[in-house]
Amino acid sequence: MAILVIAEHDNQSLKAATLNTVGAAAQLGGEVHVLVAGAGCGAVGEAATKIAGVAKVLVCDAPHYEAQGAENVAELVKGLAGGYSHILAAATPAGKNMAPRVAALLDVAQISEIVAVEAPDTFVRPIYAGNALATVKSADAVKVITVRTTAFEAAGEGGAAAVESVPAAADLGLSALVSRELVKSERPELGAAKVIVAGGRGLGSAENFHGLLEPLADKLGAAIGASRAAVDAGYCPNDYQVGQTGKVVAPQLYIAVGVSGAIQHLAGMKDSKVIVAINKDPEAPIFQVADYGLVGDLFQVVPELTAAI
Amino acid sequence: MKILVPVKRVVDYNVKVRVKADGSGVDIANVKMSMNPFDEIGVEEAVRLKEAAVATEVVAVSCGLAASQETLRAAMAMGADRGILVETDAELQPLAVAKLLKAVCDKEQPQLVICGKQAIDDDANQTGQMLAALAGWPQATFASKVSIADGKASVMREIDGGVETLSVTLPAVVTTDLRLNEPRYATLPNIMKAKKKPLETVKPADLGVDVAPRLATLKVSEPAQRKAGEMVADVAQLVDKLKNVAKVI
Ligand SMILES: Cc1cc2nc3c(=O)[nH]c(=O)nc-3n(C[C@H](O)[C@H](O)[C@H](O)COP(=O)(O)OP(=O)(O)OC[C@H]3O[C@@H](n4cnc5c(N)ncnc54)[C@H](O)[C@@H]3O)c2cc1C
Ligand SMILES: Nc1ncnc2c1ncn2[C@@H]1O[C@H](COP(=O)(O)O)[C@@H](O)[C@H]1O
Repeated sequence: MAILVIAEHDNQSLKAATLNTVGAAAQLGGEVHVLVAGAGCGAVGEAATKIAGVAKVLVCDAPHYEAQGAENVAELVKGLAGGYSHILAAATPAGKNMAPRVAALLDVAQISEIVAVEAPDTFVRPIYAGNALATVKSADAVKVITVRTTAFEAAGEGGAAAVESVPAAADLGLSALVSRELVKSERPELGAAKVIVAGGRGLGSAENFHGLLEPLADKLGAAIGASRAAVDAGYCPNDYQVGQTGKVVAPQLYIAVGVSGAIQHLAGMKDSKVIVAINKDPEAPIFQVADYGLVGDLFQVVPELTAAI
Repeated sequence: MKILVPVKRVVDYNVKVRVKADGSGVDIANVKMSMNPFDEIGVEEAVRLKEAAVATEVVAVSCGLAASQETLRAAMAMGADRGILVETDAELQPLAVAKLLKAVCDKEQPQLVICGKQAIDDDANQTGQMLAALAGWPQATFASKVSIADGKASVMREIDGGVETLSVTLPAVVTTDLRLNEPRYATLPNIMKAKKKPLETVKPADLGVDVAPRLATLKVSEPAQRKAGEMVADVAQLVDKLKNVAKVI
């Protein structure tokens, strides 16, 4: 049977997370289809046809999918589910919002944030903030899964899938989007960045957070991340948060500045290739996962580092 | 308006759990247990809505072992009016919990259910969404602000790249994000008062729910440990390592 990947997009472009999800789907054995549900989302459907390994793109274009509310999209997916052995979404806020709703409508379990495929019915997923890895086997007819994007290679280009338009399901009218405020940034996305500079409470203020980290990030072409404490203190927007309950990242280089290294933070970055920690407290737990640790006052070290690169 | 708040008893967030040597699970014997932090936020939000005279009653519900009574008492000490324990020794997965909560909702008829966004033991992030699906209600997950007016909830929620505000019809399910509020500490008099609040116990069978797990855990293992790193003396040495050894800049 075929595998359905629910595309993540903003009606204009396909989000990179979709490519990693297709990468995971390719390990399941079966034809891979991608569903693009949105409004005026033809260009996204077009882009999806070019993903390597995708056989068919289902486009469902209707006004009530504009905001991609979980209620309406899950209803649509429920109607399509009959032909599929697996339904996959990225473990992003959008995927996590929708996939459990799809699973419950189908009366099946949902398998959250898989990091490996052992067999078409057996998957590995982190539990307890990544302090343990569970291997789970599903007995359900349809496996509804969210995929940790950092654990799977992105599918490449070069596909030539067919497009099929599918009829919309009913508008349930349960939810309406009032407003959406997106932070505009010239920087790479956290999820896709090769280098991340992350700041914690040690920065002390929003001015310091931006004043010290941005020049360093500029030099490295890096994305900026943060600990929850930095977000809570208002140093930066919430979507900078890295961790158990924020974003999971795995860049080539992660520089943690004034971050203590609570398990909830480590859960989101300990798969980075090289970790650098800058902290004035030699006992800070972040040093236990750092490849290179520098004990020092960040107010002195960070400008020095920026100048030296 | 009645608000239902599901609260889960989990290993305290400060505990670093250990994987059992035989790979059968994590060792939680003699480990500190607490209310799931996101559920504390849920209770706080519900109690604030009651204090603001938006809600009339706050009912806490927990599914699991008899010891979950403690979690319900903690919720009542924060201000919940009563507790319902769905008692079972069985392993409960999110779909089963959602079905139990749906059955409780059928009886209690709440206008709002406030779940945590995620239990910090299974890290599933599913139950609220599943409950909303089973009940045919709207969902507003990862909430950082909730207001109720004219039979609707307006919820600001955290999404990739920023925030959005949804208007959902009631009844609805909201799930909490960390920024929603800062939960209060229960005072001693309130802890004493909570002991006298009503706590009802039911069994899954009383609710007609089959809680059999759908996923079998084949094994639980330790994640790969990072190799011990090194301390560098100064910025010059750090830059040298990054350029010439790690070759990442
Ligand atoms: C349910 C739950 C979920 C959570 N999820 C997350 C999550 O997803 N992500 C996350 O990050 N956190 C999360 N947390 C919070 C987490 O437990 C920690 O509280 C948080 O990560 C701490 O952030 P921090 O390291 O910036 O702050 P702190 O722990 O306060 O550390 C600040 C560090 O800065 C250092 N410092 C201070 N001044 C200087 C200076 N001048 N120079 C150098 N170093 C300095 C200090 O030595 C200290 O180590 C969660 C918590 C809970 C309860
Ligand atoms: N056993 C349970 N008893 C009561 N509430 C629960 C239980 N399991 C999950 N929940 C609720 O569902 C939320 C999300 O849990 P999960 O889907 O397991 O990550 C929790 O924060 C609780 O609000």
